[in-house]
Amino acid sequence: MQAFTTHKGIVAPLDRSNVDTDAIIPKQYLKSVKRTGFGPTAFDDWRYLDPGEPGMDHSQRRKNPDFVLNQEPFDRATILLARENFGCGSSREHAVWALTDFGFRAVIAPSFADIFFNNSFKNGLLPIALKEEEVDAIFKAVAANPGLELEIDLPNQVVKAPDGSEYAFEIDSFRKHCLIEGLDDIALTLEHADKIKAYETAQMEKTPWLFNDLRGNVGG
Amino acid sequence: MAGKTLYEKLFDAHVVHEQDDGTALLYIDRHLVHEVTSPQAFEGLRLAGRKPWRTGAMLAVPDHNVPTTNRAGGIVDPVSREQVSTLDRNCQEFGVQEFPMADMRQGIVHIIGPEEGFTLPGATVVCGDSHTSTHGAIGALAFGIGTSEVEHVMATQTLLQKRTKTMQVRVEGELGPGVTAKDVVLAIIGKIGTAGGTGYAIEFAGSAIESLSIEGRMSVCNMSIEAGARAGMVAVDEKTVDYFRDKPFAPTGEMFERAAEYWRTLKSDPDAVFDKVVTLDGTKIEPQVSWGTSPEMVVPVNARVPDPAAESDPVKAEGMRNALKYMGLEANTPITDIQIDKVFIGSCTNARIEDLRAAAAAIKGRHVADNVTLAMVVPGSGLVREQAEKEGLDKIFLEAGFEWREPGCSMCLAMNADRLEPGERCASTSNRNFEGRQGQGGRTHLVSPAMAAAAAVAGHFVDVRQA
Repeated sequence: MQAFTTHKGIVAPLDRSNVDTDAIIPKQYLKSVKRTGFGPTAFDDWRYLDPGEPGMDHSQRRKNPDFVLNQEPFDRATILLARENFGCGSSREHAVWALTDFGFRAVIAPSFADIFFNNSFKNGLLPIALKEEEVDAIFKAVAANPGLELEIDLPNQVVKAPDGSEYAFEIDSFRKHCLIEGLDDIALTLEHADKIKAYETAQMEKTPWLFNDLRGNVGG
Repeated sequence: MAGKTLYEKLFDAHVVHEQDDGTALLYIDRHLVHEVTSPQAFEGLRLAGRKPWRTGAMLAVPDHNVPTTNRAGGIVDPVSREQVSTLDRNCQEFGVQEFPMADMRQGIVHIIGPEEGFTLPGATVVCGDSHTSTHGAIGALAFGIGTSEVEHVMATQTLLQKRTKTMQVRVEGELGPGVTAKDVVLAIIGKIGTAGGTGYAIEFAGSAIESLSIEGRMSVCNMSIEAGARAGMVAVDEKTVDYFRDKPFAPTGEMFERAAEYWRTLKSDPDAVFDKVVTLDGTKIEPQVSWGTSPEMVVPVNARVPDPAAESDPVKAEGMRNALKYMGLEANTPITDIQIDKVFIGSCTNARIEDLRAAAAAIKGRHVADNVTLAMVVPGSGLVREQAEKEGLDKIFLEAGFEWREPGCSMCLAMNADRLEPGERCASTSNRNFEGRQGQGGRTHLVSPAMAAAAAVAGHFVDVRQA
């Protein structure tokens, strides 16, 4: 996983609440069996005027000039700014892959849906929850100064604006550690393999009906 | 010390290891797998040279991409076909049990889990699918995960989790005639909002919930995620125990009785404390219809489309204006004046046998209205379809002008060929009314099966109690 320590980049204002994962990456693109290539179709229904299908050359499609990510300089943004409950709906990790493939390293919003929030950390995308009035202040700052860059400092848990404003954010200490180090969860967990086996052995006594396969006693 | 909630009991029973900061390694008993969110996880295992920890805890089924007509002809779309055959290949390579497309038991992953007794009370259940919360209806801890976590469960049989907050949603009183589990959960979401349950595990309780069948409770728990909660659950009672008496993968004989004894302990202690309690009067819930592009945008059938001008929160008002524009609706329009083009009865929310019975009862001897171009019923599984045909429900639907289809997710999210065209309006028993969910530019109204069937006959929304 790509590590995250500090990042400075342009902020794209997506002034909507309840941005769902169907909007971030529509269903037809979920047919891919890969983790990459979702960037050109991120926010497909809002970004293009013509319908999109997998396998198309998306650079040839008609872009919606009113959509923020089609506008200079937001097409080069690496930080996405949105309203409450970002990432609600489906569990599709493709939504996170679409954002990272577009080039985003962080999303700032007043709140996030749980599954999207979890998925972000597995892919080096930092979801930052700020207070509603802070998010509002950043929306206003970006409106006054499009192309404004924010600096995100994960070790110190702070977002810095060019005017000197600083926004502190909370993050779970274990998740922060994994993100800064770019750690692979699975390898970490497998260090506890003996504990997992011991748990299974104990549970086979307590709830044997959940372990038919391990007991070699199917249907018992 | 206060007693434990059901969530806490289920969580505590599955902790393998706990770090000082409260991050727990949670053991996963049942892992459901479908074709959309698993290929990258299998590929991850392959790249790392890892094997699944316990294939016996996994059950795979293709459901999102499968066609609902002419199944013998295979999948026409080559991209969909590739995704389904990738699942078949992965299951073969890694030794995972699969109900492939041609299997009688194939169906929507959340319908077949309980139907087979593969998911059981007291189990931890995950799937790369947000509607995994469905299985909470049987007293399981069930929640959706992303593909990285799918790979994590495959490789380790565990997940890294922190305890969430707990919410009890109490629905008290007797539900009126024509008011179903779907109306109850839509009313709950309308009350607490689409993010009201974020960060919580919800336990649904109260006499109205207890009165629901296990299938009805599944419809309620299914939509927990539409209120923001990853997990929703209902305590075990005798209905739960009886539900599993004849299920293929459930324990039998003495082992069943031993399991049932444990299952009966799966309820919140009387002195358990929830972080939040929300109460609804079940007697006041009416049949619901969603009008917007978020499941919280829902009103009773006899109400009017809300007016953004009456909303004081500017962000909410803007969301309402966006929704009305997308939906092609004017504020203050009576819901019953809204004409529909298509009707979809199906999905993991409402494609079990009781749902089909309710829909059939609402249309028996009548016919789909002329302005409705397509009305379709997509059973949740091959077994649901078979049971419905035994009862003659397929004939009722066909005679009324409905199409009777093969099982799958179908037009809930339109990954197969079943979809809305731009601007088409649909009465749908599914779970999400997001922009483009049922097809780009499509307009979804969420309703119960009986309400969808009644709307098909009338050509517009009607109060099923007067239909």
